[in-house]
Amino acid sequence: MSATEVDNGVNVEALLGAREALTETPEAGQFNWRVTCNWVKGTHSNSVVEGFFGLGAEQQHRKQFTFDADHPEVFASEDLGATPAEIVLVALGSCLTAGVAAVAQHRGIQLNSVSATVDGAMDIQGILGVDGDVRNGYSDIKVTYEIDADATDAEKEALVAQSQKRSAVYDCVTNPTNVTVAVN
Amino acid sequence: MRTVTAVVIGAGHAGLAMSRCLAERSIDHVVLERGEVAHSWKTERWDSLRLLTPNWQSRLPGFGYAGDEPDDFMTVREVVEFIEGYANFVSAPVETGTTVEAVRANGDGYVIETDQGTWGCRAVVVASGGFSAAHVPAVAAAVPASVEQITTVRYHAPAQLSEGGVLVVGASATGIQLADEIHRSGRQVTVAVGEHVRLPRVYRGHDIQWWMDRAGVLDERYDEVDDIVRARRVPSPQLVGSPERITLDLNALTGIGVNLVGRFAGLSDGMAQFSGSLRNVCALADLKQTRLLDRIDEWATDAGLDPDVPAAERFPSTTVEDAPPLGIDLTSGEIETIVWATGFRPDYSWLDVPVLDHKGQVRHDGGIVAAPGMYLLGTTFLRRRKSSFIHGVGDDASDLSDHLAGYLAGSAPPL
Repeated sequence: MSATEVDNGVNVEALLGAREALTETPEAGQFNWRVTCNWVKGTHSNSVVEGFFGLGAEQQHRKQFTFDADHPEVFASEDLGATPAEIVLVALGSCLTAGVAAVAQHRGIQLNSVSATVDGAMDIQGILGVDGDVRNGYSDIKVTYEIDADATDAEKEALVAQSQKRSAVYDCVTNPTNVTVAVN
Repeated sequence: MRTVTAVVIGAGHAGLAMSRCLAERSIDHVVLERGEVAHSWKTERWDSLRLLTPNWQSRLPGFGYAGDEPDDFMTVREVVEFIEGYANFVSAPVETGTTVEAVRANGDGYVIETDQGTWGCRAVVVASGGFSAAHVPAVAAAVPASVEQITTVRYHAPAQLSEGGVLVVGASATGIQLADEIHRSGRQVTVAVGEHVRLPRVYRGHDIQWWMDRAGVLDERYDEVDDIVRARRVPSPQLVGSPERITLDLNALTGIGVNLVGRFAGLSDGMAQFSGSLRNVCALADLKQTRLLDRIDEWATDAGLDPDVPAAERFPSTTVEDAPPLGIDLTSGEIETIVWATGFRPDYSWLDVPVLDHKGQVRHDGGIVAAPGMYLLGTTFLRRRKSSFIHGVGDDASDLSDHLAGYLAGSAPPL
């Protein structure tokens, strides 16, 4: 099957064009993604995503997106949203899955269905301060894909591997990042 | 100012091959060399190193291996002798002990300033080598002073290292070879593994280089591959040239007790941090190896070789422990030495001509630099997958010297 007959809904030509353009003008590749997080009550917060900076200018999403985050009832919270830690898994799963679609399009592989389960193991002795040797974050994250596509098993594995190689969130989760938190 | 038609910078195998091609085209030239012929091989390679390619593959324009062990691998000393032999064979006009300090455009030619005077020329061939300046990541500056650091151009043998643990950063040919010999010297070795290329030394009874040579893999051209930028970044394969023709991959290293961690990702409060991507970089390399072997098997069938060679085989996946360490405290004494096997990044800052990209590397199209009469030679995948290998430079030198001759004649031929 040739690449032109495959449609995963990803505009690969545009992505490749962007890559070429950025090779010439690397400064246009500087993006700032922004979220505004507002405390509502208790552990409940509401975050808003609307504008970002990229390609040398302010950009707007087509509409405002909001995200509720809270803690579940087992933590004596009201459970008005996913936990922030789960939202990290949402980000990882959706980033990798977008990558799978883009790589498949580029390689001429038609996807019929793609589903990932993301499982993060965490020992909450860390966040509760019970044991100083236990980290706050995930000790292990497993992502398991079910992919129905016109491809061999090896090709599917290669899709998933290449997606990890090019994923922003996978990089965020697997590598250290300097974080500065300030108060105005 | 002395003048000459062409100046070749560097008297390694690439510069000498170009010298031969220019001489064949009656183009007068000089080869400027900072040290002696084969300088990097004489001074910047470790003691146990052997070529990654078998002797039969050591060939340069008009010259080849003449010994009795075509399947063996040259030691550094033998490589030096081979390249010196070639310099004599082609009677290359080499000016040794001449360091180029600047190259500037001058009318329809160039001025080359060296520590031994100035040259004027119409054409320049930059053959100063893709493997002469070790690249060390910026994070090295933050390594605690109690840990010794060494690059592969200064490394000679395990005995020069402290007795304690060693962190080898990088898992290409260099990294795995040093990890192997350092671990065998009695020091506990940990290897930080980023993207790498895994290859068996011998496959179906032949050296992997034989298969890649015969199946045309090494001749793939820069303008035929899907993504040349990426292809030029592919690290050198995990191979070692040993008389026993052993395969030295990550499984071989973990088999003798070497520890694997992810890519060296950062340093915080003396803690070396490793990426959680180890499993994926190993999966990528396993998949890539399998694709190459698939291609070789397909070629073998098409070529009718199946009855004459052992059956196809596939190798076990790379073993990665369940939870590889994500950090090592460099202040704890566990690691006494870091060996940076993090590749090479040539320094072209002396090239005072607007041909460098924002990372300081030469912009070129298959070795034809974006400045009239200027050429690059001997770097990774310059024109072909084999370009950076000794045997690979001949075809490139021939192509580029044709272009250079055409340029001098006022009619550069299309390539």
